[in-house]
Amino acid sequence: MTEKILLQNGRLVDPTSKRDEIVDMLIVDGKIASIKSKIPASSDYKTVDLSNKIIAPGFIDIHVHLREPGYEHKETIETGTRSAAYGGFTAVCCMPNTNPAIDDESIVTFIMTQGKKAHGGIVDVFPIASVSKSREGKTLAPIAELVHAGAVGLSDDGAPVSDANLMRRALEYANMYNVPVMQHCEIPELSHGGVMNEGRVSTELGLPGIPGVAEEIMIARDLLLSEYTNSRYHVCHMSTAVSVDLVRQAKKKGIKVTCEVTPHHFTVTEEIVRTYDTNTKMNPPLRTQKDVDAIKDGLKDGTIDVIATDHAPHSLDEKEVDYIQAPFGIVGLETAIGLSITELVEKQFLTMNQLIEKFSVNPRKIIGKEIRIAEGEPANLTFIDPNIVWDVEISKFNSKSKNSPFNGRTLKGKAVGICNNGKMILY
Amino acid sequence: MALTSRHLLRLQGMPSDDIRQILDAAISFKEILNRPIKKVPTLQGKTIVNLFFENSTRTRTSFELAERRLSADVLSFAASSSSVTKGETLKDTARNIEAMKIDMVVIRHNAAGTSDFLSKVINANIINAGDGQHEHPTQGLLDMYTLREKFGKLEGLHVCIVGDVLHSRVARSNIFGLQTMGAKVSVCGPATLIPRDIDKLGVDVYHHIDDVLPKVDALNVLRIQLERQAGGFFPSLREFHRYFGVTKERLDKVDKPITILHPGPINRDVELSADVADGPHSVILEQVLNGVAIRMAVLYLLGATE
Repeated sequence: MTEKILLQNGRLVDPTSKRDEIVDMLIVDGKIASIKSKIPASSDYKTVDLSNKIIAPGFIDIHVHLREPGYEHKETIETGTRSAAYGGFTAVCCMPNTNPAIDDESIVTFIMTQGKKAHGGIVDVFPIASVSKSREGKTLAPIAELVHAGAVGLSDDGAPVSDANLMRRALEYANMYNVPVMQHCEIPELSHGGVMNEGRVSTELGLPGIPGVAEEIMIARDLLLSEYTNSRYHVCHMSTAVSVDLVRQAKKKGIKVTCEVTPHHFTVTEEIVRTYDTNTKMNPPLRTQKDVDAIKDGLKDGTIDVIATDHAPHSLDEKEVDYIQAPFGIVGLETAIGLSITELVEKQFLTMNQLIEKFSVNPRKIIGKEIRIAEGEPANLTFIDPNIVWDVEISKFNSKSKNSPFNGRTLKGKAVGICNNGKMILY
Repeated sequence: MALTSRHLLRLQGMPSDDIRQILDAAISFKEILNRPIKKVPTLQGKTIVNLFFENSTRTRTSFELAERRLSADVLSFAASSSSVTKGETLKDTARNIEAMKIDMVVIRHNAAGTSDFLSKVINANIINAGDGQHEHPTQGLLDMYTLREKFGKLEGLHVCIVGDVLHSRVARSNIFGLQTMGAKVSVCGPATLIPRDIDKLGVDVYHHIDDVLPKVDALNVLRIQLERQAGGFFPSLREFHRYFGVTKERLDKVDKPITILHPGPINRDVELSADVADGPHSVILEQVLNGVAIRMAVLYLLGATE
């Protein structure tokens, strides 16, 4: 039976078609049938009033840990995609630090199958496969097979590709299939044993530090390798001012580099570690105000292409231990849009149009999953209320895990629904 | 008379009035320790648990003695913190303590922030007896007590902390406490054992011990953990002793006496030569006695701060 949904009075903001206008949009069986300034209602339409709401191309989070297979007590594909859906994302890319790692086409297929089953497949799940077999950093994973099975990028995330020669080969090999190598930038010998940013605060707290150079040296090395091999390179969760500038200079030179930052790295600094709350422990660690400012400038001037969450669920028992022993990472899918609007749009670092580029257009381009908002195209949309003021309540998260340092924080703006693959959720 | 906090977690941020109160109270308790009958009924009926997740015979003995001198009921146990489930153990232990209606908990743990953690999950008064590389507040207090006893005041004193500052909770408590009380603090050690940005705390940094000796009233010489050599922080103990060891020969080059403190146990002839440790300007054994008095003062004042 044909399903017809009429979205009324929404503000369509689509950077790709450069549209920013109030429209009605008719969706018939999951496809955009019509976009007009006014579409007359009809008795066989289900109508949705989107006054004062934004209709954007479907958001994607290209850095998520869904934990399945292997760590289903933290998150599953079912709970992780629900968290994504209620956070405003129509797609996620899941990182391969699962058990087993995503280093075999059967696991790529398994994840995509589970993704299609979850919630009627409203959230697309695009696996990122490992660079190396078992993510051990020794030999290349079967990259061609992984890509042909559906992997959209390559990463050993959680750990860096440390061996420079393996990195060189990965860049060259991945380039044949036009997928990015997405590096977790960290020199392990420099970050060794660290749990927070190295500097005055770590000195005061007596916690072992992770110096910024541990990240920056890896980025510098990889940029040279990327230039040398003329291959695409993507920097994951960039955290320091120097890193931002390295990428800025590399882009000026024409190196094929893209990069992402997380909402927590532009919202909070190492100062919040003073509580010893293990929900402030993540890798890379929270840095200084200078780094936060540099990241915001990098977002503004276009150096930083993407906002991604590094959604890293851990169970309460795993996090409720001492700071040194606690695992790295926080959940991010359900706070990402609110934090970004609050910190970037409200504070005028980004326009709404630019924010949508960083949550949809740019990341989709990086992994080759572009979408268009036009008649005849599938309706892949995120609906946003940019004005709603709300308090983060971790107990209400749809994620299986609640490890967030933002509990109780007041934010402005959030997603109010998504539409994808013929399904719509409004909340 | 009461402190501003129910817990002693750190000296950082502790008001100078609180520190002064503890140091003053310790004078009376030291007097008691010098009597033939050394026991007072101050904490009769109170139950104190000494929770030591890390070996420390000296600190534990000092606390136990202080508690018994105050007539508290004392329960000590050493728990292993080396197992992978150590965090879980701490959480479970905390809940058990809560269930047993313990009044005060003295905790030593190898991870920074564990005493903060305990103070948030249970009702008892928490005393940090050393948390990882963070703080060891009673050591800082007893060092200040010892210095005040020797010099009559802390204000205007210049104290240099020598050795492995990076891994030292004693160093941090000394820096925060002494600065609050108006003393100047410097640190001296190999660059690899000086924590990043410590100068931003208002601490002068030296890498050549002979440069700092003429400027200071006292040295607080830290124990060098022998495993730091294996960790690659310096090439050899011999070289460490040669360039950072506090020796009589070095001290004799300075025309005024320099008071020597050490938190113990000493690696003789590594960070401190034996003749200096046992010499006339060493107050190392005074520190041990003062440690008991300070811990009595802390327990007494926290017990009164409900």
